[in-house]
Amino acid sequence: MTAAESVSNLPPVLQVEALRTVFRTRDGTIHAVNDVSFELGAGELLGVVGESGSGKSVTMMSLMKLLPMPPAEIVSGRVMLDGTDLLTLDDRRMRAVRGGEVGFIFQDPMTSLNPVFTVGFQLMEPLRAHLGLSKARARERAAELLGLVGIPSPADRLGDYPHQFSGGMRQRVMIAIALACDPKVLIADEPTTALDVTIQAQILELIRKLRRELGMGIIWITHDLGVVAGIADRVMVMYGGQIVEHAPVAELYANPRHPYTRALLETLPSLDGSRTARLKSISGQPPHLSDYPAACPFRGRCAHAFERCERENPPLFELGQGHQAACWWDFDTGGPRG
Amino acid sequence: MTAPLVSVDDLCMFFPVYRGVIRRKVGEVRAVDGLSFDIRRGETLGLVGESGCGKSTTGRVILRLYDPTRGSIRFEGAEIAGLKGGALRRMRPRMQMIFQDPQACLNPRMTIGSIIAEPIREHGLLSRAEREDRVQDLLDAVGLNPKFANRYPHEFSGGQRQRIGIARALALDPDFIVCDEPIAALDVSIQAQVVNLLEDLQEKLGLTYLFISHDLSMVRHIADRVAVMYLGRIVELADRDQLYGSPKHPYTQALLSAVPIPDPKVEATREHIILKGDVPSPANPPSGCRFRTRCPVAQPLCDEAEPEWRRLADGRRVACHFAE
Repeated sequence: MTAAESVSNLPPVLQVEALRTVFRTRDGTIHAVNDVSFELGAGELLGVVGESGSGKSVTMMSLMKLLPMPPAEIVSGRVMLDGTDLLTLDDRRMRAVRGGEVGFIFQDPMTSLNPVFTVGFQLMEPLRAHLGLSKARARERAAELLGLVGIPSPADRLGDYPHQFSGGMRQRVMIAIALACDPKVLIADEPTTALDVTIQAQILELIRKLRRELGMGIIWITHDLGVVAGIADRVMVMYGGQIVEHAPVAELYANPRHPYTRALLETLPSLDGSRTARLKSISGQPPHLSDYPAACPFRGRCAHAFERCERENPPLFELGQGHQAACWWDFDTGGPRG
Repeated sequence: MTAPLVSVDDLCMFFPVYRGVIRRKVGEVRAVDGLSFDIRRGETLGLVGESGCGKSTTGRVILRLYDPTRGSIRFEGAEIAGLKGGALRRMRPRMQMIFQDPQACLNPRMTIGSIIAEPIREHGLLSRAEREDRVQDLLDAVGLNPKFANRYPHEFSGGQRQRIGIARALALDPDFIVCDEPIAALDVSIQAQVVNLLEDLQEKLGLTYLFISHDLSMVRHIADRVAVMYLGRIVELADRDQLYGSPKHPYTQALLSAVPIPDPKVEATREHIILKGDVPSPANPPSGCRFRTRCPVAQPLCDEAEPEWRRLADGRRVACHFAE
């Protein structure tokens, strides 16, 4: 039994329904997120994969209302966390959710830590604001958290500034801050992209360990299909602001049913196994999101595209075993979907 | 075996560190510290390593963008490490560079036609009309519409901008190109297009590449031989299949095992060697073997003696006391 199956019976901690986010710019409206729906179970790790501009970050920023509004506008949708729709909360209550029930880790640990405050101060800030701990108690807990993420002699390092930590250590500090208030959901946006592979391996190992110990739901955004393969229970592939495929991790890699996912997996050179003489490439460019998609966003780069793809945007079809794909082409029958 | 096009011996590049009001020199960053290797004509030598290991500095110093602190760089047998002024300038067209960030390396106020023509103009090689023809040919060669010559860089996507950078590098008909992380800033689906283009051009024009990258999977695809750098030194240099099939240096082994493989079945059973700690500062490298502070198999000997840059029975070179 895989981890995905073991947690799928639990009720979801986070439910996103038909989320749509647009940016109103001088050059027109950009449809960045189009009808995205998904659930996150307790203790589950959901990988979100896509290229830049696919809408993966904007989706997660929309959940937490972290986008500048205007120009951003959440047109419709519901984000249910513990029975509350986050999109209806006012700013004050939203602030209690951010860093409280929902933790964040961003890509670049240098720009997301404040250079003029000590790491200890930045760790204690959420503890005091959200949990109302006393200064002494917050300090104790902060040292505990630094220890938890594997920083040696944590109590001594509370007085250090971010620049005194290396890149990998800074990302550990970010993780400690995100975990400070025991969140139910952790959103990690490309948390290892700025790190070297040997440091990335350390952070991935840490996340595996923390998951077992703390049991929160994690959303892991990345463009690296390798990282996701090693840590995720389920994977969502995004393209052109929508989910194009969604499946348990083993199923997705063994049996991809969307041409974009297939093409992505085929373009990757492998570290083991046979070496291909020539890399397969996906021709063309990602779509411009200036119109609400009335047709399949991948049609222009797709080897299987046919007339219907121009006419209608495919919905996510249920393919069994928790596998969904948004494509008019049926890879099982080798023909258009009926 | 073909003669080496570029041959480097005991190459060092130290950057001074200044401190205080009178800017006294207080130390130096040993970015590149004693490299010896050859690049054969027509091959692609992959140069891999983590950030700060000196791989970009190596590429730049070979192109003589820096003055090396010590050591020799021979290009087609001729020493270029000490060249200056006109002699250096005459040599420049033979060696070019492709940069990582196609956004930053193109002047936003110049049309792509004038960007690509600039090296030709600088070296005064062709007449104006010939130059325009050459730009059209180059755009065509890198897969861009020659009609685009009058457009500006912002009108192009990341992958297309990288093609413009490649066209500029080709403008002077070089023999040797240093590709410094040419695909790192591109999306996965675009990376393959650019790598395929580089391979096609190599075949057509007989180019020699030094391909600098931290993407070990991509280097396995494109390189004939691979050098692994750590903290200013090359720790292992081998044929591609040797290096990926049976890495000998403990750092190479750890590096390869740290790369996530896009297959959950493989990842579930795979052993990862997790290195402890971070890379030490190149301003104050450890004594003896530089990798010993993170090496899982380090012995007291590694502390005392620097490992020799030796050749193993299978022809590869490795700098480790214990590699067999």
